[in-house]
Amino acid sequence: MSQMILSWSMMFAQVCLVVAMALAALRMSRGPRAQDRVLALDTLYVNSMLLLMVFGIRTGKVIYFEASLVIGMLGFVATVALAKFLMRGEVIE
Amino acid sequence: MSTIEHAADLPAWAALAVSFFLVIGAGLTLIGTIGFVRLPTFYERIHAPTLGTSWGTGGIVMASMIFFTVLSTRLVVHEILIGIFVTVTTPVTLMLLARATLHRDRVEGNPGVPGEAPAETGEGDGAAAGAD
Repeated sequence: MSQMILSWSMMFAQVCLVVAMALAALRMSRGPRAQDRVLALDTLYVNSMLLLMVFGIRTGKVIYFEASLVIGMLGFVATVALAKFLMRGEVIE
Repeated sequence: MSTIEHAADLPAWAALAVSFFLVIGAGLTLIGTIGFVRLPTFYERIHAPTLGTSWGTGGIVMASMIFFTVLSTRLVVHEILIGIFVTVTTPVTLMLLARATLHRDRVEGNPGVPGEAPAETGEGDGAAAGAD
């Protein structure tokens, strides 16, 4: 019984995160201005990181934790660089 | 719907706790992203995805910690690295993005944007000093 609840909640979490990623991609494709697209990219990064963590729980492997850690770091650097670009027009001054 | 093989000897309370935190985390992330799509202006939209970076990440990190700790019968807390990292970096990125947006709106002279800060007294209170 509890195994079935666990399995269904993992399926629910994966579906929720995939729908969230689709909504973020929708906002990134039609966002009116550049800052909306940058924020949508940041949201997409966070959602994919959480999706990989749920996938790691589902398969019981630690490699997905490392993948999600790398995704989180790359997302931080990418968003900071893009925000800097929006502010100044160049990344490295 | 097949059961999960490697979690066959997980006790019931741990399975229920993991399920609870998974549903909480993923549901709050979805709610935050729905708000991000539906809210009208950028300054309102920037608040919504933080639901996913605070309780969404917290819930899923806690579910992963409970799952691997109970399953391997030793303390597994390396997921908390992700929680700390996301908690520290999200305010930094969103603050930078909001200030860049404010700068762009002021340069373009868009309506509904607070004007320049009256005097450059300090760097830290720039975002709050513009509101009248």
